[in-house]
Amino acid sequence: MSTSEKAPTGVSKGAAAPARISDRARGERRLGWWLAGPAFIVMLAVTAYPIAQAIYESLFKFRLTDPDAREFNWLGNYAVILTDGVWWQAVGVTVFITAITVAIEAVLGFALALVMHRALTILRPVLRTAILIPYAIITVVSAFAWLYAFDINTGFFTTWFSWVPGISEDTNMFGSFGSAVTVIIISEIWKTTPFISLLLLAGLAQVPEDLQEAAKVDGATWWQRMYKVTIPNMKAAIMVALLFRTLDAFRIFDNVFIMTQGSQGTEVVSFLAYRQTISRLEIGLGSAVSVLLFLCVVLISITFIKLFKVNLASARGEG
Amino acid sequence: MDDQKTGREKSLWWLAGVVVVVYALFPVAWIVSLSFKSSADLGNRQFLPTNLVWDNYETILVGDAQTLFLSALRNSIGICLIATFIAVVLSTFCAYAIARLDFPGKRVILTTALAVAIFPVISIVTPLFNLWRNIGLYDTWPGVIIPYLSLTLPISIWTLSAFFRQIPWELEQAAQVDGATTWQAFRRVIVPLATPGVFTTAIISFFIAWNDFVYGISLTSTEAARPVPAALAFFTGASQFEEPAGAIAAAAVIVTIPVVILVLLFQRRIVSGLTQGAVKG
Repeated sequence: MSTSEKAPTGVSKGAAAPARISDRARGERRLGWWLAGPAFIVMLAVTAYPIAQAIYESLFKFRLTDPDAREFNWLGNYAVILTDGVWWQAVGVTVFITAITVAIEAVLGFALALVMHRALTILRPVLRTAILIPYAIITVVSAFAWLYAFDINTGFFTTWFSWVPGISEDTNMFGSFGSAVTVIIISEIWKTTPFISLLLLAGLAQVPEDLQEAAKVDGATWWQRMYKVTIPNMKAAIMVALLFRTLDAFRIFDNVFIMTQGSQGTEVVSFLAYRQTISRLEIGLGSAVSVLLFLCVVLISITFIKLFKVNLASARGEG
Repeated sequence: MDDQKTGREKSLWWLAGVVVVVYALFPVAWIVSLSFKSSADLGNRQFLPTNLVWDNYETILVGDAQTLFLSALRNSIGICLIATFIAVVLSTFCAYAIARLDFPGKRVILTTALAVAIFPVISIVTPLFNLWRNIGLYDTWPGVIIPYLSLTLPISIWTLSAFFRQIPWELEQAAQVDGATTWQAFRRVIVPLATPGVFTTAIISFFIAWNDFVYGISLTSTEAARPVPAALAFFTGASQFEEPAGAIAAAAVIVTIPVVILVLLFQRRIVSGLTQGAVKG
């Protein structure tokens, strides 16, 4: 883009051009940072600084209710956490919820995207509007809707599904791990599938139509076209959608907070961090959990980028 | 394309469409239905109320829960609008620079935005909780607005730079060649082209701020700054023994109305903003 904008200036300014261009280039650099700098600094201030602070505080034995007992204890907090079953239980549940939701959402989201992509012209705007509603609704509101739908006092679900083996009208869905985590997963899927399907819809739109037609003419079946043409051509979109959803699901908090408060073994990593810091005021331990959660997220991102060769820069149209 | 489809195919597509709509709206219909249930109906374990009552709305708008709900609503609206405004102003400058100017470090800025977006919010909350208490920002508007920027800024920067990259900037030069001053060219040519993108970005940012829960519950403790999602979570009803489901449902419906209106009015733009920012190339 820089070449296209400098050429006309050079031409119109004639002989004085070379000196002015370098001046201009320097000015442009300065202006660029003047304009982009504030956003950059704010982003660093609101994230890099707190995480540095968290790393620092995680090295102390420090409880807010007992500030005098604050002492430096190296990596003691990490040792406490990593040898505690509570942490591994939370990691296990988080990974479980993440894996199931992302797997189901990938399939469901793709199906929704296909429907929206090929829907009748009059239906298309209706579908896009409908699908945006779960995306835009507050997660807490969605969590309450699902909570009350399954709740033993207010819910209609067990009444409706009392014919299913194992469910009776008086089944407390939040009374055991299996059913509680199922409800959490259902509400997470409902709320976030629209996001994945919109990204996939954008990916579908980028698959060249003539390639599809060509494959059709060559007699390829619907499945063959899907595997040989559609999916390979939207690999970048699929990977970006999966990466974002995985990271998002791994940070799950709102649904768990509203529905179970971590009871029945549904405590996830974010909830553990919250409980340590905000409820128990164990700043040292809580910070260490936060740092570990941060490291998990970094690890997931690196795995995705290396394993699936996602080029986020090119997927973002910047390249 | 439609006319190529046979009648049978058409009805299948209608069916698929209906399924999608039901999927998307079912929990919404349920919470609306719940909000109109009388206290006798709340425990009837049916989808629909036996008679429609406004009691729950009265509770939160003029009744016992009025102060709690209305202050939370005021906080949410104020905090989200300010956080959105700051994010959109900063990211407009930033995205303009990225799309239009040649300077080293563009990739660094975009990568940083990406990193901030995948940052686990809870990791930021822990240190902020401690810091805010020390410097007096705990339970204040700025104490919530500042962390909200970590949610609204990255998405604004992506979305806007995707929009700005599509603007044909040569038009500006063309206008200058035609005798317009730099400012006139910018004002008359670029601003009208950029406005829809800026507007869309503002809506998406607002949704994200409106949705926040972790900051809301962790960095506030009273009605001074607690936003709606957090207030909903801590709302326990008039007495300990009363199920607050009806009041929570009514509050949930009220805070969902602005979201639904924005979606209905701007669905096309929101979709293009979301997808251009995220999947391109």
